[in-house]
Amino acid sequence: MLSQLLDITVITGILASMIRLATPYIYAAIGETFGQKSGVLNLGVDGVMLISAFTSYYIVLQTGNLFLAMLVTIIIGAIMGLLMALISVTLHAEQGISGIGIFLFGLGLSDLLFQKLVGTAKPITGFQDIAIPVLSKIPILGEVLFKHSLLVYGAYILIPIAWFVLNKTTFGLNIRAVGENPAAADSLGVNVALVRYKTLIIGGILSAIAGASLSIALLNVFQQNLTNGLGFIAVALVYFGAWRPFYVLLGSLIFSFVNALQVWIQVLGIPIPSDIAVMMPYVLTLLVLVISAGKTRAPTALTKPYERNE
Amino acid sequence: MKRILLIASLLILSSMSLAQFRVAAVMPSATNDLAFSQSMFDALSTIQAEMGADNFEFVFVDGTFIVDDAAAAIRDWAAEGYDLVIAHGSQYGSSLEEIAPDFPDVSFAWGTAGNTFGLDNVYAYEAASDEGGYVLGVLAAALSKSGTIGVVGPIEVGDAKLYVDGFKAGVIAQNEAAQVNVNYIGSFSDVALATEAAKTHVSAGADALTGSAQMVVGAVGVAQKAGVLWFGTQANQTELAADIVVANQVYDWTVVLKPIIANIQSGQLGGEAYTINLENKGLLIEYNDFFGVSDEVKALADAAIAGIIAGDISPLGE
Repeated sequence: MLSQLLDITVITGILASMIRLATPYIYAAIGETFGQKSGVLNLGVDGVMLISAFTSYYIVLQTGNLFLAMLVTIIIGAIMGLLMALISVTLHAEQGISGIGIFLFGLGLSDLLFQKLVGTAKPITGFQDIAIPVLSKIPILGEVLFKHSLLVYGAYILIPIAWFVLNKTTFGLNIRAVGENPAAADSLGVNVALVRYKTLIIGGILSAIAGASLSIALLNVFQQNLTNGLGFIAVALVYFGAWRPFYVLLGSLIFSFVNALQVWIQVLGIPIPSDIAVMMPYVLTLLVLVISAGKTRAPTALTKPYERNE
Repeated sequence: MKRILLIASLLILSSMSLAQFRVAAVMPSATNDLAFSQSMFDALSTIQAEMGADNFEFVFVDGTFIVDDAAAAIRDWAAEGYDLVIAHGSQYGSSLEEIAPDFPDVSFAWGTAGNTFGLDNVYAYEAASDEGGYVLGVLAAALSKSGTIGVVGPIEVGDAKLYVDGFKAGVIAQNEAAQVNVNYIGSFSDVALATEAAKTHVSAGADALTGSAQMVVGAVGVAQKAGVLWFGTQANQTELAADIVVANQVYDWTVVLKPIIANIQSGQLGGEAYTINLENKGLLIEYNDFFGVSDEVKALADAAIAGIIAGDISPLGE
């Protein structure tokens, strides 16, 4: 029965599922990476995702305009990032608590708006899959990599961009400096608060796109608590990926691969109890976190508010 | 003096019989989830419409997926003296078992479950969802051309498991050669994974899908996009995709609530368990008229319903 997993159709299906499932994790985890690299832990990712998932869904439901939905998504993400920055950077609130507050706000607001403005879930026509000419015809790879919606492609394009910004630009250097030693960065003229504001706004925008990728690209529907805690998994993937964009991508892909694998294992009728199957991605995540503990180092100033003269 | 006492007694009795019956319910998802919570909300709304708002009041808290929050609501309502407090979700059972003894004068009901914990003030209710599942399975097998049918389940417990098992049995009863692929995603609310599971079923050749619980909204969208048939359960899901939803098993909890309310009004606060099924019409098979199932196929479903009611068909095979 396990040999069924080696069938070309099944392998293609698992890998294509992996690419789709990883999309929201990548956006949210890369956004979180920016924030954490500058020293701010934002546990509000899931809340931002929920608000943007609803807003983008509602705009598409009302207007059918996907690009207007994306524009509003970006604006909302920036505002939510700004809010988190105001609370945690300017007001020096405890970062974990602030993030949970943002999450609960997003959870409640998205549900309230959904109940008042929509009511019952209604499917929408979101971003359609685009088959890349020529490349989509390549056996297996074409189906796996080149037949997805714009927001799926965007997630994978984001990785090298994030790596470049964090490692090859002055802004990236400032982010890392602020995350490692804000006092030293400050003494060299880096505006610590401004850098953290910028990273949290970037994180907010990417979290918002992660939410929109669910409601107007992958699922094309909205429902109460649509993300189902996906934003928290994204935060874990940042640790999993040791704050490096390509490793975050790897973590997202592994987590999604195992999830896709367990779905296929059940569909093929391979006799593994469903409870065990659905645990697989989480067990793997824990395993990797345990194995990598001590081998990776978090940004030194992570979760520590900075105030000059302290 | 006797006449005054008599009139006073009559007034008190009259006011008691006319007193508003007050119900409070806690539910795990939204009341318009087109699934489990909506089925209870619809039942309470129906009873209120029948009894009148002056005689029947109900309040609810939906979206209570955190059991501790539900427990707090249950305790508050019991303290406020509601006539009936409903914990609509099997996850609330242990909380109810702990709270109910503290309020012996308040009646509680919970489901889906069959256990009243031996308490005199607790009712339990459940759905024989395997029965409707069996009927929908017969329909799916009759309409499927590929002979491959997919099931997106939440967690392998309660009425969801009953439904899935009944559905599988119905498919096989109608077409022994059919392939039923079942997937439990491990969650009642993970729309993303349910959607991906539906895509997987379609990739594996399924041309008919079903699923249980509120996370199926995305899976219905997948079915619609792929032009695959959908069979709903718990509530009527036709409005999600009128062109592919064939039929739904709809829960009508009024069949349970009405005797519970009557019992409470006559002083019995609990101790009984109820089941909705095809025979007592707590389970209804509702067709999507827009889809237009042929009379020939409907006859197969009707025969299955008659067989189950008569006891000739046991969906779970004893």
